[in-house]
Amino acid sequence: MKFLKKIFLIFSIFFVITPSFSNEPTEFISEITQTASMILKENISVDEKAEKLVILAEKAVDIDGIGLYSLGKHRKTINKEQLKRYKAIFRKYFLKSFSSRLSQYSDPKINVVSQNIVNEKYTIVSSILIETEDRPEIKIDWRVYTINPDKPLIRDLIIEGLSLARTQKEEFNSVIQGADGDVNALFANLENFNSK
Amino acid sequence: MNKIFKILIIFLYLTCSSFAGSDGQNQLSKQSNGEVKDCFETINRGVFAFNEGLRKVVFEPLAKGYLYLPSPVRSGAGNMLDNLTNVVTIPNNILQGEFELAAKNTARFTVNTTLGILGIFDPASKIGLNNYDKEDYGQTLGKWGVGEGCYLVLPVLGPSTARDTFASIASFSGGDAWYNITVRNDTHYVSDFDYYFSRGARGVDFLAKNLGALDNLEENSIDFYASVKSLYLQERRKQIVNADEITETFDDSDWEEIETQ
Repeated sequence: MKFLKKIFLIFSIFFVITPSFSNEPTEFISEITQTASMILKENISVDEKAEKLVILAEKAVDIDGIGLYSLGKHRKTINKEQLKRYKAIFRKYFLKSFSSRLSQYSDPKINVVSQNIVNEKYTIVSSILIETEDRPEIKIDWRVYTINPDKPLIRDLIIEGLSLARTQKEEFNSVIQGADGDVNALFANLENFNSK
Repeated sequence: MNKIFKILIIFLYLTCSSFAGSDGQNQLSKQSNGEVKDCFETINRGVFAFNEGLRKVVFEPLAKGYLYLPSPVRSGAGNMLDNLTNVVTIPNNILQGEFELAAKNTARFTVNTTLGILGIFDPASKIGLNNYDKEDYGQTLGKWGVGEGCYLVLPVLGPSTARDTFASIASFSGGDAWYNITVRNDTHYVSDFDYYFSRGARGVDFLAKNLGALDNLEENSIDFYASVKSLYLQERRKQIVNADEITETFDDSDWEEIETQ
């Protein structure tokens, strides 16, 4: 029975995720948010939602890019072996925290309002998270990496002007600085988070 | 006089490392957050832990209780507290040379205090006096090009910087009309209690609006202190440049060099 459930889950994820996303940044974000919204309002367990959100993130987010950005100046000093290890740990960390952060919303309604092409690499897509009784309207900007026009990827979420990637970068820097510049302290902290 | 001189010397010491000079606004807005020194990190972390304890034991239960109030009551309380901030915003609009905005906020304050019954209602927004942005003396100093100086965490009040802490002296020295009529001067109508109650209520109102978000941030942070610091500094910079879109305002060179495709 459990096996059947898993098969069903895989099929439903496939059904939701397989259609490739648009390469137009505004449409791309619209499709991503609609897909996420569908997942979040589904009548399934939190773990199943997280599983689906992880697959969505793997497809739509430039996790390696965010990881490198989050490492800040330290990415220039670590060796290849450390970088390889970091990428693997960061991917796990990102996906875990991504699904955990999102799963607090039961049925988020996001309207994409405009886009601003910064340069050939980036487009900022502006959207609004519609207000509910519990929270006011929230402005969310998406930094979309467009270097490959056929495969746009999300690199940052800017909520009411506050960048999540920047916050993460400063958080990581604080951990490394606190250990006298030793990146292994960051790895240990991330691994600790991943194992929780 | 000697005391004021000492304060000025300390202030200059705290801010000289990030004084932005004549191109204040632009220079300031292009700094990365990492450049704000955490000169007293050990103490700051201790105070932060104390504040967190206070949040969980005292303020969070209050905020949760506050959320049980009917939505119109909460909205009225929020409006009233927002309306009070005009008495600091308006002089700062003037100090920043935003005379039109000062006039608009004065009209807004007058309408909401009278027709809006002490600010409980917000009729001003309905007649086009909307998009209110709070201003304070710290933002004015920032606009004048004064850097943040060291990052500080104040007991109970939370994150701040040397500049913002110094600027709050202006509020307590006559720059905040609400403080003047409650604490500084003995009036028959309002007292110290009203001032401190309004400050506390503002904190509870803020916490109630951000309860889930704060817990979520804490849960997903590997260094909650650093996350709060980063968000506070980003928010202050955004307020100083009055930017709706931070992405273009700040130095994004770090993103430019990352290639993954």
